[in-house]
Amino acid sequence: MTKVERAAARRGGKRSGPPEPEFVQLLTPEGERVSHPDYSVDFTDDELRGLYRDLVTVRKLDAEATALQRQGELGIWASLLGQEAAQVGSGRALRKQDMAFPTYREHGVLYCRNIDPIMPLGLFRGVDQGGWDPVAHRFNMYTIVIGAQTLHATGYAMGIVKDGKVGDDDETSEAVIAYFGDGATSQGDVNEAFIFGSVYNAPIVFFCQNNQYAISEPLERQTRIPLYQRAAGFGFPGIRVDGNDVLATYAVTRAALDNARHGQGPTLIEAYTYRMGAHTTSDDPTRYRVASEVEAWQAKDPIVRMRKLLEKQGIADEAFFAAVDEQAKVEAVALRERVLSMPDPDPATMFDHVYPNGSPLIDKQRAEFESYHASFEGSH
Amino acid sequence: MIMETLTLGKSLNLGLRRAMEDDSKVLIMGEDVGKLGGVFRITDGLQKDFGDERVIDTPLAEAGIVGTAIGLALRGYRPVVEIQFDGFVYPAYDQIVCQVAKFHYRSRGKVSLPMVIRIPFGGGIGAVEHHSESPEAYFSHTAGLKVVACSNPSDAYWMIQQAIASDDPIIFFEPKRRYWEKGEVDTAAPLSSAYPLHSSRVLRSGTDATLLAYGPMVRTCLDAATAAAEDGRNLEVIDLRTLSPLDMAPVFESVRKTGRAVVVHEAPGNIGLGAEVAARISEECFYSLEAPVLRVTGYDIPYPASRVEEEFLPDLDRVLEAVDRSFGF
Repeated sequence: MTKVERAAARRGGKRSGPPEPEFVQLLTPEGERVSHPDYSVDFTDDELRGLYRDLVTVRKLDAEATALQRQGELGIWASLLGQEAAQVGSGRALRKQDMAFPTYREHGVLYCRNIDPIMPLGLFRGVDQGGWDPVAHRFNMYTIVIGAQTLHATGYAMGIVKDGKVGDDDETSEAVIAYFGDGATSQGDVNEAFIFGSVYNAPIVFFCQNNQYAISEPLERQTRIPLYQRAAGFGFPGIRVDGNDVLATYAVTRAALDNARHGQGPTLIEAYTYRMGAHTTSDDPTRYRVASEVEAWQAKDPIVRMRKLLEKQGIADEAFFAAVDEQAKVEAVALRERVLSMPDPDPATMFDHVYPNGSPLIDKQRAEFESYHASFEGSH
Repeated sequence: MIMETLTLGKSLNLGLRRAMEDDSKVLIMGEDVGKLGGVFRITDGLQKDFGDERVIDTPLAEAGIVGTAIGLALRGYRPVVEIQFDGFVYPAYDQIVCQVAKFHYRSRGKVSLPMVIRIPFGGGIGAVEHHSESPEAYFSHTAGLKVVACSNPSDAYWMIQQAIASDDPIIFFEPKRRYWEKGEVDTAAPLSSAYPLHSSRVLRSGTDATLLAYGPMVRTCLDAATAAAEDGRNLEVIDLRTLSPLDMAPVFESVRKTGRAVVVHEAPGNIGLGAEVAARISEECFYSLEAPVLRVTGYDIPYPASRVEEEFLPDLDRVLEAVDRSFGF
């Protein structure tokens, strides 16, 4: 076979697919604790139970939001089902002073940042555009444009360096985490963020949740190498972690954040996981993936394995699991009730906050709008 | 009062310097802005005096420059971004119109992005393609951005400082063909005494017709008014200065007086700023008009090869011809 033929065969031939992923894992799907030479965690029993509670709660809240969408109460919903461990593990690894830049699916991280879970539902219901204070909660607004936020995160991290907030003091030095998906790695913005992060040695963790699909397009349409290996070309380390393992995700993220805050620059983390549901409630995953694949990933469920661990270690009993389920249910019911009572905004408020310093054009349009609506009979 | 005779380019340089002296949070970012001082030398000497932490040579990536500037603004800095040429802003277009323009709105006022994006714009310097464009309509059309264009050294000096001091994100257009033209600048006055940023300004009073322009075409219109005066026509010239929001009050006042208006810009006319200005004049001054509002603009073609750009760009004769047409009604 000539060189040209070999190249053609490589291009045209069916790829064997990515090799079985090698990743950092501390908890197997069977609930076995395993060790890793570079990463470890040392949680108390209480903390382990807390992680389990987080996982269950964010899944339950997410399921409630999906149900609300099916009942017409939300315009759309981007479910995190299957990605709970990646989000809770990384979200709990953040220190209070760290800043997170999410996409639109990081409901689990949002929960870990102590933001009321009702907040993103306003966005998806269409009554607001996400109501939390990004500065106070150290969790930026959801970003719909794919990958755009990685640059904002990088610039923010560059500012941390300018402020002299990189150093060995874990209580005052800061780091940034930027969330994005496998599809986003194809975006120019993400690659530019890698370049800026690298050349300015910014304290940033690029956290890619590789959930295997960008809507319907499989990973093979985004890359021919494992995503974490991209980092080498930009000059910083990349690491793949079992994204369905909350312990490993926590350990790897905490280490990368610490490296960043201590002045060692960016890390790309590829959390290898799977989106169990649709991309959003508007798509149909049965058109583009097979049931056997979904079943294989079900066997790697992040919550089941954590429950097995707690059972094996004898640190949680049936009463605990029942109580966690019940509490999550209570929160979900409360969420439902609050969503249903979310008022539509006063239409005139759509003119608010276009510019910090206002604009005569908008002032005029608002006045005309209000005058027009006041002209209807019975209006007041 | 300390009047200095400065080029427009030097005025911008001094304005940037003064803004950096006044506020340690002001940063300058862009390709070649540091040691080189920018391809037009607008940032000349600033890195030497303020250091490379404040005057930042960036990777060659426009989306990256604007996107990271957003993050720096979120962190409390006031980035001033230089886009090297008008035609290079498009890779950053998404970051500008989807992100810069909307952060304040999306956050319901909790977050502001006090950033300035400087764009040398327009033709007339004999450059190759992508180096002579007039993209102002794209940004003026986007809510959340404020867009201004300076036309003379004094405005350049003050407007850049006002833009940097503003919490609104501002697209700042600089007429590159006028960088070397000189004018008087009072460099000692306080910033608060400067003419308001988002205001159009009557530069020459007249009674017979109103010429409306911004950026590079202001000089052309002033020259046209001088030439018209020799023929006995007394033209008023207004520098719009602010493209979004447009400051129309002085325009309406002028058109009610003169009854005729001609809008002049280098950008293609189709769906351009001139169309908006003409429409607003029609809505507000219909009964004062002696003739339809006319436009003199670039043609609706990609910016042509430089050997024919003088035919593309509105010049004194085309402006005067339009004034003649106005009087023909």
